[in-house]
Order: sequence, then C-alpha cells, then structure tokens
Amino acid sequence: MELTLAIAIGVLSASGVYLILRPRTFQVIIGLSLVSYAVNLFILAMGRLRTDAAPILSGADANIADYTDPVPQALVLTAIVIGFAMTALFLVVLLASRGLSGSDHVDGRGD
Amino acid sequence: MLVLALPGRRNRGAVWITAAVAAILTILTLLLFPQVADGQALVTRTEWIPQFGLDITLRMDGLAWLFTVLITGIGLMVVLYARYYMSPKDPIARFYSLLLAFMGAMLGLVLSGNIIQLAIFWELTSLVSFLLIGYWYHRGEARDGARMALIITGTGGLALFVAMMLIGHIVGSYDLDDVLASGSMIVESPLYPVLLVLFLLGAFTKSAQFPFQFWLPNAMTAPTPVSAYLHSATMVKAGVFILTRFWPVMHDHQLWFWIVTYTGLATLLFGAYTALFQRDLKGLLAYSTISHLGLITTLLGMGTPLAAVAAIFHIANHATFKASLFMAVGIIDHETGTRDVTKLSGLRKYMPFTATLAIIASGAMAGVPLLNGFLSKEMFFTETAEFDPNIFVNLSLPIGATLAGMLSVAYSIKFVHGVFFGPPPTELDVVPHEPPALMRRPIEILVLLCLAVGIIPGITIGPFLAAAVHSVLGGETPYYSLSVWHGFNLPLIMSIIALVGGVVIYVPYYRRLRNIDGVPLTRGLRGQRVFERLLVTATNRWARHVVGAFGTQRLKPQIFTVVFLALAAGVGAGWTRLGNLPLPSNFDPVLGLVWLVGGISALAAAQQAKFHRLASMILMGGAGLATCLTFAWFSAPDLALTQLLAEIATTVLILLGLRWLPKRSPFAEATPIAARFRRYRDVGLAALVGLGTAVASYAIMTRAAPEGISDFFLANAYKEGGGTNVVNVMLVDFRGFDTMGEITVLGVVALTVFGLLRRFRPASDSAERPEQQRMLDDYAPGASQHVADDFLRIPSLIMNWMFPVVIVIALFMFLRGHDLPGGGFIAGIIMSLAFILQYMAGGTRWVEERLRILPVLWIGWGLLLALLTGLGAMVLGHPFLTSAFAYADLPLIGKVPMATALLFDLGVFALVVGAAVLMLIALAHQSIRRPKAAGSSKPKQRVGLDKWN
Repeated sequence: MELTLAIAIGVLSASGVYLILRPRTFQVIIGLSLVSYAVNLFILAMGRLRTDAAPILSGADANIADYTDPVPQALVLTAIVIGFAMTALFLVVLLASRGLSGSDHVDGRGD
Repeated sequence: MLVLALPGRRNRGAVWITAAVAAILTILTLLLFPQVADGQALVTRTEWIPQFGLDITLRMDGLAWLFTVLITGIGLMVVLYARYYMSPKDPIARFYSLLLAFMGAMLGLVLSGNIIQLAIFWELTSLVSFLLIGYWYHRGEARDGARMALIITGTGGLALFVAMMLIGHIVGSYDLDDVLASGSMIVESPLYPVLLVLFLLGAFTKSAQFPFQFWLPNAMTAPTPVSAYLHSATMVKAGVFILTRFWPVMHDHQLWFWIVTYTGLATLLFGAYTALFQRDLKGLLAYSTISHLGLITTLLGMGTPLAAVAAIFHIANHATFKASLFMAVGIIDHETGTRDVTKLSGLRKYMPFTATLAIIASGAMAGVPLLNGFLSKEMFFTETAEFDPNIFVNLSLPIGATLAGMLSVAYSIKFVHGVFFGPPPTELDVVPHEPPALMRRPIEILVLLCLAVGIIPGITIGPFLAAAVHSVLGGETPYYSLSVWHGFNLPLIMSIIALVGGVVIYVPYYRRLRNIDGVPLTRGLRGQRVFERLLVTATNRWARHVVGAFGTQRLKPQIFTVVFLALAAGVGAGWTRLGNLPLPSNFDPVLGLVWLVGGISALAAAQQAKFHRLASMILMGGAGLATCLTFAWFSAPDLALTQLLAEIATTVLILLGLRWLPKRSPFAEATPIAARFRRYRDVGLAALVGLGTAVASYAIMTRAAPEGISDFFLANAYKEGGGTNVVNVMLVDFRGFDTMGEITVLGVVALTVFGLLRRFRPASDSAERPEQQRMLDDYAPGASQHVADDFLRIPSLIMNWMFPVVIVIALFMFLRGHDLPGGGFIAGIIMSLAFILQYMAGGTRWVEERLRILPVLWIGWGLLLALLTGLGAMVLGHPFLTSAFAYADLPLIGKVPMATALLFDLGVFALVVGAAVLMLIALAHQSIRRPKAAGSSKPKQRVGLDKWN
C-alpha cells in the first residue's frame, strides 16, 4: 500500500516537474496540476495511511484512536481549492499572454 | 527642547515661526549655562528599547552646550538672513521646515547621551543636508551635488554606526557617560584599529577631510543660507565634534596621532592651496572651510590637552567668521547676480557696510591680530611648534602650519582685494547697492562677536570655553591663557611669517590669480572624477555584469534552478536521516491497478502535452481521478468529493481556454540538438525529483507518526465545535482564520480573471469553430450560434431540467457538511456545476440572457458574511471566529445543528459560487467574441450582453 502510493507520488511529481520545465504555457499548466496532485497526496500521506477510518465521529463518546488524522485532510482541502484557483488564474494569464504576444511560449517570444 | 519639524506653511509666517523657535532655543540654552559651567552634565533619560540597553538620552555638558549655542544662535541669524535672501518664488515653507528639521537633527546629534542615538541623528543630518542641497531641484548640479553629499556622508555614517556598535561591544554599554568613563578600555581593545578606521571614516567624510573633501564644494549649489549654516558652521563640524567627543577615550594611541594629524594637515594645506585658485566666491569659502576643518582635525590628532583646547576654541571661532563670510557672499550674489571673482571688483564704493563687515571677517579668517581667528591660530602654531622627539613630526608640523597660514592669508586677501577693491566692475548687469539693513544685521552681530572675542577673549568666550574644555578633558584640563599678547615668541614669529608671506604670495601674482582657471599642480587630483567613475562602475557596469551572470529573463532556467536547488536541499537534508527502509508489508491489487492507470495517465499526459492538448488534458483527468480514488480509499471522503468537483470545474475552464492556443503540428518541426539536449536534461531532473519524492514519502509513511495536534481536534470537534465531521469543523471553526484567508484568495483570483479577460481579444490564428458548427452554418445561414440544443435536443432538455436538482444537491451537501462529508466548498462547486450544465445545454448567450445572480455580489456578500460571523464572536467577547452552537428542532426535518459556524460556511459557500461562476462567465464569454483580425485594431463588434464586456 505504502509502496504503491510512494511510487504514485513519484510518478506524478516526475511528470509534473518535466512539464513545468517545458517552454509552452499549456504544458506548464498541466504540469502544475500534476505537481499539485503529488503534493496533495504527499500531505495526506503525512498523516499515515488508514483505510475505513474516516474522521466522521460517531458521537460524543468516540474513541479517537478509531479515526484517521484530520489535520492533513483539512490542509489538503484548502490546497485543492487554492489549486483550482491557481489553475484558473494561470489559464487566464496564458490567454492574456497569448493575446498580447501572439505566442504561447512561457517567455512570450515568437516561435 | 527638541523640535524636529514643523508642518510646512505656505506663507511668510514660516519665517517667524522658525525664527521664534531658534530664538527660544537660544535663550533656553543660554539660561542653562550656569548648570553646565562647573563641568556637570544634564541628563534626561527616556526608555527606548530597554532589552538592548538603549535609552533615549539627552545629555548636555559644556561641549554640547557650546555646539547648541552655535547651532541655535547661528541658526537664528541664518533664518533672519534667509528671510531677505530667498526669492518669493521659492517654496519658502519647505525651506524653513527643512532648516528646522536640520536644527533638530543637529541638536539631537550634539545632545545625544546614547551613542546609537547619536549615529541615528548623524544620518538624519546627512539626509536633511541632502534635501537642502537639492533644494533647487530643477538644477542638475544641485541634484548631483546633493546625491554626492548623501552618498559620501551616508557611507561615512554607516561606518560610524558600525564603529558605535563596536564601542558599545567593547565598553558593554551604549550610554555616553559609561563610554566616556571607560578610560583606556577602547584603546587597549584588539578591535581598536578596525574601530578607529570606521570611526574616522565617519568623521572625515562628514567634515570633508582629505580625500573625501570634494563633496563640500559641490554642496555649494545649495542656497547660500544653507551653505552658511550647514556647510560651514554646523553640520561639517559634526565630524570634528565627534572627534572631540570621543577624544578622551580614543586619542591615546600612535595610530590616532598619525592618521588624524596628517589627514588634518593634508586637508589644511590642500584646502588652503585650492582655495587660492577658486573663481567662485562660494568655492573659495568652501575650500577655506575644508582647510579650517583640517586645522581642527590636526589639533585633535596631536593628542595633547592644549591642542584639544585650541581645537574647541577654533570650532567656535570658525563658525562665527565663516558664517558671516558666507552671508556676505550671499549678499554680493544677491545684489550683483554673480559670485565670479573675475567679474567683481571695487564693490567697496557700492556697499561700504557689507565691505567693512566682510573685510573684518576675512581678517579673522586670515588670523589677523585682535580678531578671534588670530587667537586660535596662535594656539595652533604654539602646539605645532612643540618639541617632538620624532624629527619628521618636529619639522613637518610647524612648517606645514606656517605654509597653510601663508596660503590662508593669501586667499583672504584675494577675496577682499578682488571683490571690494580695484576699479568698478564692468561686467555686471545691475548696479550693486547695499542690501536691506536687516539682511546685514546677522552679519553685524557675528562680526561683532569676532571682534569681541578677539580683543577681550577672557571676558567674552573665557567661561564658555572653560566649560566646554572641562567637559572634554575633565581633570586633565591644562592651564591655558586667552590673552592677546603672549610676548615675543615662536608662534608670534610664525604668525608674522604667515601674514607677510601671504602678502608676498598674493601681490606679485594677483592678476594671474584673478583670471586663473583650475588649480595648478593638483588639477589631476580629481576626487570628484574618481567618485563619479566609481559610482558609474559600481551601480551600472558591475550591476549589469552581475545581472548578466546570474539573472535571466527567461522562465525555464529560473524554474530549472529552483527545482534543482529544492532537490539538492531535500537530498542534503534527508540523506542522513533516511535510515533503513522496511520492505513493503502489504499490497492491495485494486489500489495497484488504480495507480497503474493513474501513473500511465500522468506520464502520457506529460508526453502528449506539446502536440495533443485535448488528449493530454483527458489523461491528466485520469491521474486526477486516481488521486480522487486514493483520497476515498484512505479515509478522506471530503477530499475525494472536493477533488472530483474541482477536477470537473478545472477541466471545463481549460476546455474553454483551449481554442485560443496556436495550432502545433508534430511533423512541422525538426528539433535542434540543443533543444533535444535540454529535454533529456529535464527528463533527468524530473526523474530524480520523482525518485526523491517517492523515497521520501515511502520513508515517512513506514514510520510511526509523531504525537501531533490531531488528537486535540478529534477529541474536541464534537464537544466544542458541535460537529462530527472533524475536517469540516476544523475548516469553519478551529482553523476558520485560514479558511477566511483562503476564500479571500479565491475571490481575488476570480476578480483578477474577470479583470484580465475584460480586455482580452482572441489571437488571430486561434482554432476555428468546430466542424459541426460550420456545417450548421451552411445548413442554416443567419443563425448566429449553434449549440447543443440544435442537434442534441433531448440531452439538452435533461440538462435544463437538472438545474433545480443540482441546486438541491448543493443545499443538501451544504447542510450536512458539519456532520457528514460536505460543506461550503463542496456545495459551492456543485452549485457552479449547475451553471456549467446550463452553458453546455443552452450556450453562452442563452445563459447570459437568463443569468439572475450577480457573481461579484455573491463574492462580496460571502466574504462579508464570513467576516461578520467572526466579528460577531468578538462583539460577544470571544476571540475572532469563535463559534457557538445549539441544536434546533425544526418541524419535518428533525434535529438540525445550528452552529454559528454554519453562517460562516454559508459565507464560504456564497463566495465559492460567486467566484466559480464569475470565472466561468468570463471565460465562456470569450466564445462569442470575434477573433482579432491579424494586424487590425478595429474595435470589436459588441454582441450580446455588454455587462460582461
């Protein structure tokens, strides 16, 4: 389980890093999304992996050992929403840069 | 006592306010004299930063008193004089407020009882001096002079600041009293040489000592009252003031003697020699000032108590006669329109009073008997003539001093003779005449002082000088005599040689001196040129080299460097702590399968992103779905939901933007070798990063979790937050402040997207409309836009009908959020998906015509609601965003948790809806804009609802 997730994180971040090093804006956007998947999974993994232990309490007298760590989840939830906003913003910057420079190169140069 | 600045007033009243302040300060200072006369120091202390031992301390002893009188008294004279000097066109209020600010800074400097405070006021005087030199900022040379003065004195001030910190370090206290009481502690410290160099750097730059003298003549572009006040009487004296101030604890060292004495002597000779060849009267006085400052420095360098007495005495004398000379030059400038000595002559007939005053003051400058300059110069000669075992010192000092004396006599004669005697001036545009009597008054007072001190020193200056000397020398105060006649001795012979020699130098050459341009012999010695070249080199050439070597405007190298450094840092930090990795203990084939697909999707997305954007995006969605499943798998239902919804919204947004990217064909380009190399290099780096993160996450996951704060949240979520969904309770309650910031970011992003796209015009070579739509164009010409409605009628109808259903789902998710997976974020995104569906079903125009919500308002109200909920807690006396909760029994629905956090979550919901819909509208609206025709700036044809334009 751990190994699977570790490899997944590695693959996601490798693909993402490769893409953000590319010269085209679209590649960079996809790359950022992939990197944020990797980072979100990584943060979740910081709370250690538990299956069937969602942090939904069964009542006031719940035993806290029965639940997974909620802190990484709260952080990742925030990160997902911010990631969404970031992607949207980058997309628009991409479009504006494309409209202004006529190119989709990250430096706004012609091809 | 400290007046720092006065609000600038645009009227003549500024003069009188400033004058009143100066006058009151002068009187107060004079009244204080009895208290400092016996060598006591008056100290007022206010705590400033007690943990560093820093207090704001005002300390007045004899020396500070003498300077205070100079600053306030001459300040008063200058203010009155400037009343007539400044033209009505000049912004007078700025001038006086700066003058007052300077007075405050300078007083702060001399009255500082704390050496750090002293350094701060030191810098303040440099700053105000900069502003005053550049007062006529429309003149290029004024700006240059101001900048040069600021850079030189500011750098010196920095050095001084370090020196002060070193002193504080050595002595163990920043208090001036403690420092002065430290005896030989500073001199014996191993840090003394460093300290001394820094200290002298500060003092020498401020007092324009060789080789930093060149800023002072350039500072003469300031209005003459400023030159008289700052650049001869007070600010340049700050350097010698500080030398005097720390003289007791620092002078007892060979280094001090050699550096200070000979820097002073060099300055003295250089200044006097250069002054002789100046055409500009202010330039002459500036170099003369430099030379006199050199004289004082030499005296302080010699290290004998009597020399220190002479130095203090000369500080006061020089301030009086030089300020009056500057004012006289100002009058000449004012009345004739020029300060060029070659154009002026014979002014004695036109302005006899001014001439008389200037002649007396010049006499003092030259050291003519019965004037104050004579007395201190005599003391100077006495000191230099003292026997010294070192033959070099024994010869160089008296000879240098006599030579300088001769030169100063010569330039004084040049000033007096050249300007006031000789034939009437021929090259003037105006006929000069006497200035208003009040303009002369300050000069008269100062010249009177010169005379009084020169003739009856014992009565006039005696007690004040005694107090000042006593405060510096303390018990070491030697016997000194202030009488005019000391008998026929060596110093008197030197004086006579100087007087006669000066005349001998001047008389044969006066015609040539009059018209000479530039300084013979030292013409090549241009400190200013060196300074300017250094400045250009350091701030332009070097800077450009550094930028060229380390900077880039291209994004790729920057990202590469950042990623590489991050990897290196991560490896460096984690390498030693890796330990033994345990073998994998369990494996779940389903998860493995999920990530087999997810991983391949990610790699394929990376590979496809260049040429097949749509495919790449779909593949990215595959990786996203795998991520989403993983969240669900590992007990994070909220994350899975949010991830799924954000994924959908992101995909829609990217799809909307995709058509404005240029076409790219995989066959059109031949990849150059360099690009291929870069690609392999990036693949290598990416692989390393992937390996690193995989190893790091595996290493962490296989270890036991440390004790964290999670248990607190789990234990208290229900008790204190009133909800069973711990993640949601954390978001809206425990960590509500984070969420607050986050939704603000979201709102800002949405507004930015909207703002950026308002002016967006699609590029010309964007993708055309899809084939199906073009076919429909042929089929039904005239219809402006074809949407799903035309060829997918039934699905489109279903999508239409789904609208209320989706909204209900959103509300459901919202309401159950506190106890079960859901909440404001999730509900908000679901709600915006409802709108996306409508766009798909009805088309942009159809939606825009029917849109009833104003997303900007939703953003605003959402933020406000969240904020008000938080503030409500504050009103009730709890910290920001504390929540209260109760269970309400509603009919039909049953028990519903009613926490104030729900209101907060409602704000989150509204904001997310607003932001998502706004971004959607902004992007979708582009599709009904016409692509910009290549090379044409024709205004876009406005279609549809203009409120989205």
